[in-house]
Amino acid sequence: MSQSYNRGLIEDFGRWREFSAGMWAWIFHKFTGWVLVGYLFTHIAVLSTAIPAAGAEEAVLQAGDDVYTQTIVTLEELLLVRILEVGLLAVAVFHMLNGTRLLLVDLGIGLESQDKSFYASLVLTGAITVASVPTFIAGAF
Amino acid sequence: MAERYSSFSSGGNMWLLQRLTAAFLIVVLAFHFFLLHFVHHADEVSFLMSAGRMETLSYYSLMVLFLLTATFHGVNGVYNALINQGLTGTKRTVVKWTLIVASVVLIVQGIRTANAWAGIGLF
Repeated sequence: MSQSYNRGLIEDFGRWREFSAGMWAWIFHKFTGWVLVGYLFTHIAVLSTAIPAAGAEEAVLQAGDDVYTQTIVTLEELLLVRILEVGLLAVAVFHMLNGTRLLLVDLGIGLESQDKSFYASLVLTGAITVASVPTFIAGAF
Repeated sequence: MAERYSSFSSGGNMWLLQRLTAAFLIVVLAFHFFLLHFVHHADEVSFLMSAGRMETLSYYSLMVLFLLTATFHGVNGVYNALINQGLTGTKRTVVKWTLIVASVVLIVQGIRTANAWAGIGLF
């Protein structure tokens, strides 16, 4: 029979020097999760400019002068937005790779190499992010 | 005797849903990034191109499902993170319902946006 276990407050960041790889993986997963859910709300808010844009004349849409196209084009012209997008990619890739690792652990796969798979997630996130920079920055200058 | 370390309540429906949505989101989020940054580029975005994609039923359905699963996974993740921080009692109930209302608003707004592109005049 299982029993509830009161482990108290576990996010005691004052003890960060004692954290193991697994604890860092857990903290990074939480942090990237907060960023992604925050972005989801912002993303839908920005995309919502498509609602008033849908009422625009066909000629205005063809010319790209509608409020949605103009909002996205204006944002994408800002170098800061492009840099933030690279950051978002890094956050999303880590969350996806570490999440895959967590799903495998939940299935009992790779239990002996949890530390190694966390480090692999970090390295792969770095590699994918760096390799994506040219694509994400294209057209910003 | 096994001790429970999970923040999720026993029974496991929410625990399972969090993992099922995770598996779905890994694939769809990768597709989303790939399509909208590598196939199409950020500086080429226009209403007509977005509308062109969303007018396809399969794409529209996938994006609505993406919105539903991402909202559930994200908001349920936030709720569990707050429980880890020690959220209990009345505060927990208030936070829970605030998150539910925020989720409904997000989903309604997301579907309105998808409908605007797809030319569906439901809202």
